[in-house]
Formats: sequence, C-alpha cells, structure tokens
Amino acid sequence: MMAQLELQNVSLSFGEKQILDSVNLHVNQGEFVTILGPSGSGKSTLFHLIGGLLQPEKGSILLDQNKITGERGHISYMPQSASLLPWRTVLQNVILGQELTGVKDTAAARQMLQKAGLAGYENAYPHELSGGMKQRAAFIRALLSPQSVICLDEPFSALDELTRLEMQKWLLSIWQEHQKTILFVTHNIDEALFLSDRIVVLSQKPARVLREFEVPFPRPRSEEILLTPEFLEVKKEVYYTLKQGASMS
Amino acid sequence: MKKRWSAIWLLLFILIGWEAAGRWMEVPAWLLPSPLKIFQAGIEDWTRFYLHLLSTASLSLGGFLTGAAAGLLAAVLLHRVPGLRHPLYPFIILSQNVPVIVLAPLLVIWFGFGLLPKVIVITLVCFFPVTIAALDGFKQTDRDLVHYFTMSGASKKQLFWKLEVPHSLPSIFSGLKIAATYSVMGAVISEWLGSKQGIGVYMTLASSSFRTDRVFVAIFAIMLLSLLFFFVIVLLERYFVRYQRKELR
Ligand SMILES: Nc1ncnc2c1ncn2[C@@H]1O[C@H](COP(=O)(O)OP(=O)(O)OP(=O)(O)O)[C@@H](O)[C@H]1O
Ligand SMILES: [Mg+2]
Repeated sequence: MMAQLELQNVSLSFGEKQILDSVNLHVNQGEFVTILGPSGSGKSTLFHLIGGLLQPEKGSILLDQNKITGERGHISYMPQSASLLPWRTVLQNVILGQELTGVKDTAAARQMLQKAGLAGYENAYPHELSGGMKQRAAFIRALLSPQSVICLDEPFSALDELTRLEMQKWLLSIWQEHQKTILFVTHNIDEALFLSDRIVVLSQKPARVLREFEVPFPRPRSEEILLTPEFLEVKKEVYYTLKQGASMS
Repeated sequence: MKKRWSAIWLLLFILIGWEAAGRWMEVPAWLLPSPLKIFQAGIEDWTRFYLHLLSTASLSLGGFLTGAAAGLLAAVLLHRVPGLRHPLYPFIILSQNVPVIVLAPLLVIWFGFGLLPKVIVITLVCFFPVTIAALDGFKQTDRDLVHYFTMSGASKKQLFWKLEVPHSLPSIFSGLKIAATYSVMGAVISEWLGSKQGIGVYMTLASSSFRTDRVFVAIFAIMLLSLLFFFVIVLLERYFVRYQRKELR
C-alpha cells in the first residue's frame, strides 16, 4: 500500500518553546490513523502544519509523493470547534468546502445530510442545531470537500459519552462507505482504539512519536468490543505508553 | 409588544407634564412654548416648513449615503491593502478632532456655497463610525474560522467576501445606525453655512425673530427625521442579519 500522506522529520517551535520534535508519520490510502497525545502536546499544531497554516522549521510534508510543505488547500479539515458559519444555513455550510476549491454539488449535499439524520434541517441555521448535529454537519462539510485526505481534530471531545459513541459509530459507517483517508486526533484512548487501523502516540513538550500501535480488531466493529478482555489488554498498553510520554517532559 | 410602546407612553407623559407645568407657572411663550403651542405653530407654518424639511431630508440622505460609502471604502482599503492601516488609522481619528463648526466656514471659503461643502461636512461626520465599526468587524473575525478558510485553500478574495464581510455585518450596521442619526445633525449644521433652504435656515430665522415655538418645531422635526433614518437602518439590518435575530429570541 502506498503512503498517501507523509510527515518526514517535522519540527516546530514557537519562540523558545519547542512543540514538535522530528515527527514522522504516514497515512496509507483509505486508512484510518489516529494521533493520540495529551492535551497541549501539539496535535492541533500538527494539523495546522499539514494544512499549510504554519511552516515547519525542519522536515517536509508529502501528499501522494509530492511536497506540499507550507501549501494550503490540499487537505480537508475539520477544526476542533465545529466552525460552521452562523449566517449560512446547514446546506450552505456543508457545501462551503466545495465552494472554495471545487465544484458545488447541492444534490449530493442534500443526500449526505439525509443520511446523517439532518433531513429537514437543510435550511436551519447552526444555532438551531444540537452539539452533535453541528459536528455531523461539520464532518459532512469535510467529507464533501474535494480533497482526498480528511483531518479531524478532536471532533467529539465536546459531546457527552452516549452521543459520542453514537457519533463514532456513525463516523465508522460513513468512512467504510466512502473509503476516504482519515487522520484523526484525540486524547481519548477508547475512541482511538474503537475507530482506527493504527494509533500514533505522541509525547508532550516537545511532541515526539513514542510508539505506533496496529489496532487488531476486525471490522466492522461494534461497541461490544469496548468491553472485551482483548480491548482492555491493548488499552492498558496504550495507556502506559501515553503515561510514560506525559511524565517524560 | 408592551415594551415597544413604553417609550411612547413616557413621551406622552413628559409632554403632558410640560404642558401642565407651562400653564401652571405661566411661562411666557418666547421663553418656553408649551407643546400644544409648538404643535399649532407647526401646523400653521406647515406649507412653508415642509419645503425646508424636504430639503434637509434629501441633503441628509445624500450626505449619509456618501459618508457611509466613503466610510466603507476607507475600511476596506485600510483592511485589504497591506501597510495602509497603521500609518492612516491615526489620521482617521484626527479627522474627528476638528470641530465641524470651525471647519464649516473654511469649507465655504474653499468650495463656495454650493452643495459640495455641505456634503463634505456630512460625510466627515458620517464616515467615521462606519469605518471604525467595519474595521473592528473585519479584525475580530473568529480565528478558528479564518484558520478553516486558509487551510481549506480559500483565496484572499474568498476569505474577504465569504467570511470577513458577513462576519462584520452586525458591526457595520451598528456603525450605520450611528451615522444615520448623525447625518441629520450634520445636515442642519451644514445649512448654517449659508443656504436658501433647510431646517437649519428655518431655525436660524426663527431664533433671530424670537419665534421660540418655531425653533422647537425645527428641533422636533430633526428628532423625527433622525428616528426615521435610524428605523430604516434597523429594518435593513433585520433583513440582512436575519440569522442573528432568530438567535436572540
Ligand atoms: N500560535 C501560537 N503561539 C505560541 N504558542 C502556541 C501557539 N499555538 C499553540 N501554541 C502552544 O503549543 C502547544 C500545543 O498546542 P496545541 O493546540 O497544538 O495542543 P493540542 O495537542 O491540540 O491540545 P488540545 O488537546 O488541548 O487541543 C501549547 O502549549 C500551546 O500553548
Ligand atoms: Mg487541539
């Protein structure tokens, strides 16, 4: 399998403070990779680098073997906050990505909204939606954007436990259907294990790649796996790695 | 609904109190005419007065439109052209420190008694609140949204039209409301410069012949005109910033 997105020795500091130290990672075509790291470790900053908002001090970022370091518009991005435009209706919001760099396809957008349980809300404004609905709309916006790699920054961290599980299952079903490449950020171990093919654990201050885990559970996954001994076994291992990274600083 | 009428009730209360106090204390009409007398004077003089009123109304409207356009243009230039904001911003503030009363005669010397100096006076009064409001609106655009736009590959133009402009509309409307109220005052002052018609002229004539009742007719006309302008802007705002109104309910 070919690496679709690749980070090679990416380092970054804000002033004196080093945030990222030689981060290497790759995401294969159609793969679901999660970056797991403590709060404040530089996960969002990593996305800002991939999205070209920031320039790395060292290292490069490759998309389909082409250098995209510092270039914008190559990835589809879902920010940590839902970031819907309050003056646009849900439908107008989800086609924003296409509007910026692609071709508008309102029919496809309507269909996606329908599947996401947002039928009837096409003409509603974001403030009329619940937190979960907003996140779904923001994710559909990312999904409809023309780029092939989607970066999701802690999309479910603001939701309650039950809603979050619903959203995770929903995300998996959508992903399996669309076969997009996903790079996902979270600090929640359960979430990382439930969703991903592979987990990249980051340390803190500065962030380095501590270890990579292949997640062994077959797909499609159901929430029952969250309670199996195998799951707890892997979870323990990831947890100790994460803890070690947090205490290293 | 009741709240909306409370201002009217208060106004009525004040007018009745004024009328009663005037009669009871026997205040001479040349000092302070009672509301009924003012009303009477307005009706008697209406055929003459409404020409002045029309003239001031159209002058205010023309001046407001010019001023608002100049204000928006200045804001857009200062915001979009790099390096323009810092050197020019202090001058925009300084332009407001010259008293219009002092500036007005100078403008007559430079530009004569025509329409031009009057429009300049109103423009000077009106552009400032619009410029400041628009600039603040542009600058305070939500950072997460700006990040989303840039990372999604939005051009400068898209960023401006699809994000900064809609985001600053509520702020711009606040500026327009202030400018609309100021415009009538600006028009009256500019008419003092020398004019054949207008509430300003009517007022000067009335006060020099001790027709205090007519002075008050002019004052009330200015108030009503300002309110009318303000109200029109509020209606426009309700139309253009619909999503926000819903939020407040
Ligand atoms: N523009 C900036 N200038 C200076 N420091 C910054 C800037 N942006 C982020 N930082 C710092 O970089 C570090 C990493 O921030 P970042 O937002 O990437 O963390 P995170 O892993 O996404 O955290 P969280 O899980 O809480 O979202 C933090 O210590 C933060 O203070
Ligand atoms: Mg973050």
